[in-house]
Amino acid sequence: MKVKIELSGGLELLFDKKKVHEIEFSDKNEIPLKDLILYMRDNLLKERSELFVVDDTVRPGILVLINDADWELFGGISYNVEDKDTIIFISTLHGG
Amino acid sequence: MENTATKKKSKLCEVCNVSRPVLKRPKTGEMICKECFYTVFEDEIHHTIISNNLFKRGDRVAIGASGGKDSTVLAEIMTLLNKKYDYGLDLFLLSIDEGITGYRDDSLETVKRNQEQYQIPLKILSYKELYNWTMDDIVKEIGLKGNCTFCGVFRRQALDRGAVMLKANKIVTGHNADDIAETVLMNLLRGDIPRLQRCVNIITGSEGALPRSKPFKYTYQKEIVMYAYFKKLDYFSTECIYAPNAYRGHARDFLKDLEAVRPSIIIDIIHSAENFHFREENKMPVQRNCIQCGYICSNDICMACDLLKNLNSGLAKVKLSINLKRGKDNNNNSNNNDNNNTLKLESTSAATTTTTTVSN
Ligand code: SF4
Ligand SMILES: [Zn+2]
Ligand SMILES: [Zn+2]
Repeated sequence: MKVKIELSGGLELLFDKKKVHEIEFSDKNEIPLKDLILYMRDNLLKERSELFVVDDTVRPGILVLINDADWELFGGISYNVEDKDTIIFISTLHGG
Repeated sequence: MENTATKKKSKLCEVCNVSRPVLKRPKTGEMICKECFYTVFEDEIHHTIISNNLFKRGDRVAIGASGGKDSTVLAEIMTLLNKKYDYGLDLFLLSIDEGITGYRDDSLETVKRNQEQYQIPLKILSYKELYNWTMDDIVKEIGLKGNCTFCGVFRRQALDRGAVMLKANKIVTGHNADDIAETVLMNLLRGDIPRLQRCVNIITGSEGALPRSKPFKYTYQKEIVMYAYFKKLDYFSTECIYAPNAYRGHARDFLKDLEAVRPSIIIDIIHSAENFHFREENKMPVQRNCIQCGYICSNDICMACDLLKNLNSGLAKVKLSINLKRGKDNNNNSNNNDNNNTLKLESTSAATTTTTTVSN
């Protein structure tokens, strides 16, 4: 399965300033969102992981969109990510 | 497998019953589609503007524009509502250039793009022009402790002065419901009664200074960011390089944790604070004019002039270190929140006396 990840709102700064990441899991056809987030923390994140993950979920104040819609419509952290999903993370914590 | 089922089952927008929902509203829990979201978002802000009489026809309104998400959405919404409901306002973008290399110069580029997009005149006013100091200079002089105190006081006054130069009679800022709830909490925790009293006012600064209002007072941060995202608005989101590490502050984290459990908490806090009753003796001090620059203040000289005096005489550092020793500078800053900065400033003013004695 392939997943596309987009980061914005300042969050990309923690990920090598890269806004788009494509990940492939050749041995799976779905993955719990929580595992994907922990995978991102352990493999893609470059600094200050506490600004991204708190208590095994995204830090409050970071919005998550699944295929362009609010993750809260899909059960939030308990969502199962599927092939070709796009997961978007937007920080709301940076200055306005 | 329950999740897969949830995902496949295509629920419809709770407002129009036609389209696929894209957002769960934090205020109400409603699941709504993109078009209905735009409508409720815009209508609620229109309602806030009308029911609080924020403007009247012919007003010249300066939009405090930092290039960040809130002020970018504010510029979009003000332009849109002004047309849609024929408010009859003259709008201006007003940006303050603090003189922070690599931060403000980039965000000002965003504001310039906004200017072209919305066709509103833009004025950029710099600390350098006004005070003859940039934030870069100030940080060189005093280091990274207390820099936000200077910055906050200077910005507050700069916005006023810039608005006067634009012949504007009103200022609007992008402070949203989350910002206000956070300020309520902080003032409550510090026991700052005068500020607790004022911080939920939708219009502030009426006594002598230009009235400032917050059309996003009841608008959630989440919806502002979602609106910017869906409308593909171009905003800037890098942290200031001089932001203290404690910048985000406990109040914000606390609020975000509470919000995760109960999203209505933000509006609930604002409603609570709106209903506080204060005793008479907590009334604000009488306003006067600064004997040096004429700016409205409650002492002989205003905070900006006081700070400048220290900077220019090279005393700022000494003064700050006295403050720190007294444990008064608690470094709870937010670049978004004038209230925090002004609060700390009073500590600096208090220390002025001390330093004067020392230097004599
Ligand atoms: S964090 Fe904000 S208040 Fe502090 S120096 Fe930077 S812009 Fe100014
Ligand atoms: Zn709808
Ligand atoms: Zn003055």
